[in-house]
Amino acid sequence: MSKTMTLTLQIWRQRSADTPGSMQTYKLEGVNEHMSFLEMLDVLNAKLTKDGQDPVAFDHDCREGICGSCSMVIDGRPHGPRKGTTACQLHMRTYKDGDTITIEPWRAKAFPVIKDLVVDRGSFDRIVASGGFVSVNTGVTVDANATPIGKKNADEAMDYAACIGCGACVAACPNASAMLFTGAKVGHLVKLPQGQVERRGRVLRMVEQMDREGFGACTNHRECSEACPKEISFDAIELLNREYMRAQVTND
Amino acid sequence: MDLNAKIPDGPIEGKWDRHRFEMKLVNPANKRKYNILVVGTGLAGASAAASLAELGYNVDCFCFQDSPRRAHSIAAQGGINAAKNYQNDGDSIYRLFYDTVKGGDFRAREANVYRLAQISVNIIDQCVAQGVPFAREYGGLLSNRSFGGAQVSRTFYARGQTGQQLLLGAYQALERQIGLGKVKMYARHEMLDLVVIDGVARGIITRNLVTGETRGWVGDAVVLATGGYGNVFYLSTNAKGSNVTASYRAHKRGAGFANPCFTQIHPTCIPVSGDYQSKLTLMSESLRNDGRVWVPKQKGDVRRPEQIPEDERDYYLERRYPSFGNLVPRDVASRAAKAVCDEGRGVGPSKMAVFLDFGDAVRRLGQNVVADRYGNLFEMYERITGEDPYKTPMRIFPAVHYTMGGLWVDYNLMSTIPGLHVLGEANFSDHGANRLGASALMQGLADGYFIIPYTIGNYLAQAKLPKITVDHPEVQRSLAGVRAQTSRLLGIKGRTTVDEFHRELGLVMWDYCGMGRTAEGLKVALQKIPEIRARFWSDVAVPGANEELNPWLEKAGRVADFLEFGELMCLDALERNESCGGHFREEFQTPDGEALRDDANYSYAAVWEYTGEGSAPRLNKEPLEFKNVKLATRSYA
Repeated sequence: MSKTMTLTLQIWRQRSADTPGSMQTYKLEGVNEHMSFLEMLDVLNAKLTKDGQDPVAFDHDCREGICGSCSMVIDGRPHGPRKGTTACQLHMRTYKDGDTITIEPWRAKAFPVIKDLVVDRGSFDRIVASGGFVSVNTGVTVDANATPIGKKNADEAMDYAACIGCGACVAACPNASAMLFTGAKVGHLVKLPQGQVERRGRVLRMVEQMDREGFGACTNHRECSEACPKEISFDAIELLNREYMRAQVTND
Repeated sequence: MDLNAKIPDGPIEGKWDRHRFEMKLVNPANKRKYNILVVGTGLAGASAAASLAELGYNVDCFCFQDSPRRAHSIAAQGGINAAKNYQNDGDSIYRLFYDTVKGGDFRAREANVYRLAQISVNIIDQCVAQGVPFAREYGGLLSNRSFGGAQVSRTFYARGQTGQQLLLGAYQALERQIGLGKVKMYARHEMLDLVVIDGVARGIITRNLVTGETRGWVGDAVVLATGGYGNVFYLSTNAKGSNVTASYRAHKRGAGFANPCFTQIHPTCIPVSGDYQSKLTLMSESLRNDGRVWVPKQKGDVRRPEQIPEDERDYYLERRYPSFGNLVPRDVASRAAKAVCDEGRGVGPSKMAVFLDFGDAVRRLGQNVVADRYGNLFEMYERITGEDPYKTPMRIFPAVHYTMGGLWVDYNLMSTIPGLHVLGEANFSDHGANRLGASALMQGLADGYFIIPYTIGNYLAQAKLPKITVDHPEVQRSLAGVRAQTSRLLGIKGRTTVDEFHRELGLVMWDYCGMGRTAEGLKVALQKIPEIRARFWSDVAVPGANEELNPWLEKAGRVADFLEFGELMCLDALERNESCGGHFREEFQTPDGEALRDDANYSYAAVWEYTGEGSAPRLNKEPLEFKNVKLATRSYA
């Protein structure tokens, strides 16, 4: 039979971007070990609604670890204690009866809080819009197999492309740096022949946009990669630095 | 209701080419004078918005998610079909066309499906040029795998994240146009009404989900790419936000809704574990390439799977369908799983599950090869269930996954409302009564990249579109209606949560309009749904206010629409006195339990017309003609 537990939840409550927030404590009984973390919050919200209180707002959508919506710091760690796992894929069997769990939003200047655990990550979209693409219009006529790509490069491109844009890297970084996110996109495209033509301009524009959004610099704490639910390697940042240096000393 | 599909004349191979020549063009300098509203940023919406902007149109694009990159296409795992025949295994455009028409149990429009198969090859070229990191062989060429309902390997994939990578390709193309100023993107905006002026779609009403501001938008054409309605069942593999609202409100404004009862129940999902369950997780169909599906031969066998010897296992798909084996189409696999569970041979705590076993694959290929192919899926399974599928078979059960029904569109992807175009899962066109695996991504991108950019020009070049502004009385009327509904929802202040009503509706839909349907059961559902709806409108608890981020208000509006739409689905299922594809009416089956179609009486698309609140919807029919694929009983044996 499945076990149930009673938990104490300390959750960041903030009505809107321009009102101050605070931690609030809630006691929740009857949490089933097979629930996902977000299902546990659903149960809390149903209870709050029934009690006439304001439920806790949090971003979520696919609940299978790929859309990148969920964005909560659980006991000080983005997405919680389990490595390579988004909050929606974290299950309550990780916890035991009587535990206290703290839940906060991503904290970064470039991710302003909208309400409770919901933040605005539009800065990530603007970084992509500044150069995170290959400039090809619809209507290509080159056959997909015309340019062979070695399996190693294709696999490495995929490793970087696996980023879900959740922002855990920023939330984990003491400087709120977005270099893992930006490096992952630069890495994905630079590993492929299709990404070569715009290689230089891409990295310059993306880094410039990243700075403009108010993200901090990397000082090699490596917390980003540790927190990444898709386990994007810290190599992405080394690659980004290399690409940026190369772009400054070359013309192509 | 005018259901002229506008299928071009001539042999099927030449229809699209000929149509492309005959369509009217908008000259490049004039394109920038048009404004197009695109709702939804999944594969269909993002690819359409980007492609239309590249052509020079001005595009306003909307999504309810916080970023266009999070649309539910992102969750598609397995792959995308294309008739490239790179594997030299006998594939062709004609074969993909044939497989899709047959897979859809002869309830799709031939001309649309043929065009889809033709375009499939361009999609792969386009995506590779964008830098989509498809899986490759050591020689550097693209890799393929097989999928259900086909005997060739034509599925392109990017690990178990194909939807993600294709969507990121389309999203990046969209962001490029946003950066260039050709697309204005409005994330966290939900469409709540369609504005129809003089019978023509000219605008939409949205609610800004952060501030609560409702406002009108006007344009020269509206493109809906708002996905499917599987969440009417509450539990499905869809993302929590996926909903029918945009489609259904367009339906209420006059757009015909086709085949709403055609839903796909996917055979390989993780079984329900408890009543707190909020969604179901799909395990990619690609797993059936190497996994073997079985249950014990004995009823009520409670031994662990490892303890059940080979000769006491029933590999029922391999037994019943020797030529397709574990790769039968989804509807067939789902029904077979239900049948063995109904017999009492289901496994796991709920007895509503079957095994998907990788023991043979690990022995044959080694754990490394299995991990390379399915590693991320195995990890996902382990996270959710706490069990290791390398050691013990997965437990799987069918779950609602995709909806083939949708707003009716003609060959140009235009609905029955001139100017309203519908793409991707939101339309009804290409999959008939059952969609084959890896065909949803293909259709979404075909519609967005390669069809709408042509057909919308043809519409705009001929339409008479007087200049209007958001002050137009019709815009203001729609706006007032939306605001009134919001106030009404917030004013009820009842005791039952939105989710409780949604769950209750979902159970009714699953019990009576799910994998097996009967006239008797559907009539029960048609009584229960209005009763739930009446309670909803008198007792729903919607906390918070309009002028703030309020996920419960958003959800209440969506569930209100599901509570009407569910009734339409049941009505459609009741009206269709045959079994076809995912629509299995238990009264109509062969002695072997296979779907029994009635081509003489039901070879049509059922298109429902809204006739007002409290008034029965009117059924219109688009007859389906099969001139190229011979109507036959589907056989995968």
